[in-house]
Amino acid sequence: MKTPLRRDAAIGPEPHWNPYWSGIGLGLVLLLSFVVLGTGLGASGGLARAAATVCDGIAPGCFEDHPYAASWFDGSSPLLHYLVSMGAGVLLGGLLSAWIAGRMRVRVERGPRIGRNGRLLLALCGGVLVGFASRMAGGCTSGQALSGGALLLPGSWAFTAAVFAGGFAVAPFFRKEWEA
Amino acid sequence: MSPANFLDLESAAGRGASLLIGVLFGFWLERAGFGSSRKLAAIFYRRDFAVLKVMFSAMATAAVGLWLFESLGLITTAELFRPRTIWAPVIAGGLLFGVGFVMGGFCPGTALVGLGSGGIDALVFLVGAAAGSVGFLAAWPLLENWMTLGDRGVLTWPDLLNLPTGVVALAVVVIAVSAFWAADRWLLRPESGRSPS
Repeated sequence: MKTPLRRDAAIGPEPHWNPYWSGIGLGLVLLLSFVVLGTGLGASGGLARAAATVCDGIAPGCFEDHPYAASWFDGSSPLLHYLVSMGAGVLLGGLLSAWIAGRMRVRVERGPRIGRNGRLLLALCGGVLVGFASRMAGGCTSGQALSGGALLLPGSWAFTAAVFAGGFAVAPFFRKEWEA
Repeated sequence: MSPANFLDLESAAGRGASLLIGVLFGFWLERAGFGSSRKLAAIFYRRDFAVLKVMFSAMATAAVGLWLFESLGLITTAELFRPRTIWAPVIAGGLLFGVGFVMGGFCPGTALVGLGSGGIDALVFLVGAAAGSVGFLAAWPLLENWMTLGDRGVLTWPDLLNLPTGVVALAVVVIAVSAFWAADRWLLRPESGRSPS
């Protein structure tokens, strides 16, 4: 017997929700975060702390005197930072939604003109740039663009504009990765 | 200041609430289809403006909500965490981020959602992003001066333009709706005959 909650795989995955409703829902989640936590949403900060924890495990004390990251290790593990919990939640929430919609699939998404390995190499390099750039900008599309944007901060709007400018400027060079 | 209104982020309750808010965040991102790198990258080829629509309706909803809550005396936005406006790193970081976004097909939050739904490309992206974050820490001595170039402190549009918050929040709604309309009207490219495999 199938559960009423979950989409039957035989009829294919559910369509995505309307982008405006999805956006309003996200905006309400962001509001909830402001009201309950006193801060917005964030994804890159938790990732950076997890990465720094791994480095500290390999080379203990490597960030002891680091002017930027030493405070992450003050007193306790960086993994106890609230952004690490939030990041774990994002992963779980994505898993839950994909499972309900029948969209769970082990896959490498790519356009028809690029191989699997080429796509994974670009995913890795893009990730490196995004990880680096998020720390430089003090946040990513969640913490800086979305949360700061809703707080009406010009710096966050400038970040958002720069993300789109940078993306559109180089998109022609990556056409083969995505487009037919 | 009465930060007592908010959960202590260093407490177990704060971490638990962060986890739950994260679950809601990830759930909504996945609902919109943002666990898919192809869907996210499609905005840069003008095939699908969902990224613009979701992001700006979220921003407008929260901006109007914050203004309403503040008008009702429920919150004080000055007590919320607000990142400083530091022009040089924010703009350079944004440009670099945009390049990485189209190259990798994700941002950090959507990559977590992509991984949650089985994306191997998302996993590899996250490994890269972790390495990039550590790379930034390693490069800190070279970047230290750059990171404070153009520091304006906590700057807001209402302060900068000397306008009431409500006017700016409503302007966000008008700008967002106009952008949605303009994107579909003038920018959207019809699907090409060659359908993706």
